[in-house]
Amino acid sequence: MMDARKKKRKVLLMGKSGSGKSSMRSIIFSNYVAKDVRRLGATIDVEHSHVKFMGNLTLNLWDCGGQDAFMETYLASQRGNIFSDVAVLIYVFDIESREVDRDLDTYHAIIEALREFSPNAYVFCLVHKMDLIQAEHRQRIYEERSAVIRSRSAGFYVDTFASSIWDQSLYKAWAGIVHKLIPNLVVIERFLTAFAKKVNAEEVILFERSTFLTVTSVTSEVGELNPIYDRHERLSNIMKAFKHCAARNTLTTPASAGFVVMHTKTPQFNIFLGRFTDNTYIFLVVPPGEASYNCAVLNTMLAREGFAKAAAGGGGGGDGFPLPPPESLDDSNGANGTG
Amino acid sequence: MVVNFSKRSGKSSIASVVFHKMPPNETLFLESTTRIQKDSIHSFMDFQVWDFPGQLEYFESAFDLEDIFGSLGALVWVIDAQDDYLDSVARLNRTILTVQQFYPGINIEVFIHKVDGLSDEYRTDTFQDIVQRISDELSDAGYENAPVHYYLTSIYDYSVFEAFSKVIQKLIPNLSTLENLINTLANNCGFEKTYLFDVLSKIYIASDTRPVDMACYEMCSDYIDVIVDISELYSWDHPARKRLGEQIQEAESHVVLHDQTMIHLMEMNKYLCLVSVIRNPEAKDKRGLIDMNCRTFQDALNEVFSRSWEEESAAQDGSSAAEIK
Repeated sequence: MMDARKKKRKVLLMGKSGSGKSSMRSIIFSNYVAKDVRRLGATIDVEHSHVKFMGNLTLNLWDCGGQDAFMETYLASQRGNIFSDVAVLIYVFDIESREVDRDLDTYHAIIEALREFSPNAYVFCLVHKMDLIQAEHRQRIYEERSAVIRSRSAGFYVDTFASSIWDQSLYKAWAGIVHKLIPNLVVIERFLTAFAKKVNAEEVILFERSTFLTVTSVTSEVGELNPIYDRHERLSNIMKAFKHCAARNTLTTPASAGFVVMHTKTPQFNIFLGRFTDNTYIFLVVPPGEASYNCAVLNTMLAREGFAKAAAGGGGGGDGFPLPPPESLDDSNGANGTG
Repeated sequence: MVVNFSKRSGKSSIASVVFHKMPPNETLFLESTTRIQKDSIHSFMDFQVWDFPGQLEYFESAFDLEDIFGSLGALVWVIDAQDDYLDSVARLNRTILTVQQFYPGINIEVFIHKVDGLSDEYRTDTFQDIVQRISDELSDAGYENAPVHYYLTSIYDYSVFEAFSKVIQKLIPNLSTLENLINTLANNCGFEKTYLFDVLSKIYIASDTRPVDMACYEMCSDYIDVIVDISELYSWDHPARKRLGEQIQEAESHVVLHDQTMIHLMEMNKYLCLVSVIRNPEAKDKRGLIDMNCRTFQDALNEVFSRSWEEESAAQDGSSAAEIK
């Protein structure tokens, strides 16, 4: 399953009718904003879509309509077609559902079918529409629900997330899913760790370009002290909202809007956001300091090329990503006096 | 100073959205205002927002008019455009006449509110109807050029910020100086549009005198949000965080969008920031120059404000009624 050359990953999106599968798919992959999803109708049968992600990875999304009649055909006549060769099953539970036991029975049947045809698939369960629960009860209800879900998962290891399309929790869930799917993540992470150290970054985050999902991130020892744990999801949310605003006001579609570069300097941190590879943005947080910031930005540009190779083709064995040697770091530092 | 009136028309919602950054969809849960709520906003200039309960008949009861209107700068009257507004308009007329009689210096700002639910055509009709009713009444009473202004607003888009900006701008004593300064800056740097924003409320207190472009305003105002939100995530204090070198105290940020539009933001002082939209693709390479010009503007701005404070304290000593606190 973890073959790096296998570039298409089949992702099943399932759950009861009206639980919010298509809504979240539209927000994450089709540049909808939360209030637009009202326009969506019920999904009939299975909607296929291909999402290009990180260049070499294509998610083959099967959005499976959740009405009972469809569910029955998935489990009976379509069984082999639907459940074979699955990389990921994402099962969505509606927290407001009144038929919890029945939902769980359906889920169990689906899991059994999955075990039969794709025993190595990852399973993610999203407990969705959490915004409808009062804030003080959310954690407790979510934990109870996920314990029940685990008990019905027939031996699969299941990741559960609480999610809502109205806040950043949706990004957290999907970033977790995407993280599991990227083939050469180890190479990318090793590269980023070395890079972060070289430029004294507190944090380096890699965002996917169109979805603004966190692909991966590296945080320094100091950066780990940051008390805000959900900052990556929040960033996804913030940047995507601004992308929508930019698209609206420059009269383009959200899909073609984007950022070329963003610099932010404040007395407490400096941030650089720029295109890294074709499909990613790099988000760099460094401590204040004019000269060292400029140096870090320049190094990011230099490292871009090396990283593109690491991300594209299995990284030539995994150890050969060309970091600029220390001398060139010093050079760029000197050359930067004018900036 | 701003005061809001009229029952269930959305005054408290407006105040919460503009001054407390509440998301518009949460204002549903706001309770009806039952007594006068005074809300002090400490910003580049301190002002108080008095939220008046809609059901209050302040003229009949024992309210001290001087207490309410004596130091007032602007009166904001909110009319619910989706409701039967005749009663509200009648009350507004009574108020305007009283205010005009005793305090002719007060600006009267009428927000025709909740227009998001109306169709375009109906919206214009409502607007004209209300304007007509009020100006008829005023001219009957003999006030031809009363300082009454009308705005169509909704908390679900930027119109309420825009309207409040206009209200506040009328209260700024040296607005023309500020506008001149911004014009000079914008012309010299080739900015498409420049706003001087109050960061907290995202009201702009001055802009260059080119026509208002809602697209620019939205992007600038949203960009402030981006920077404020990101700052929230990374401005934590810890002794282990060390700086790597010298850097200017004020925050500075810019972003280049897909169509080469650049949005440039620079902190001016604790409350204000200057946000510009630049469409010249060469601007990227001349950022140093832009930054320097903005710094010069910053110096000038701070000088203007320190002057105005001196003047104001002098004015208050001499008993002429100062309208802005």
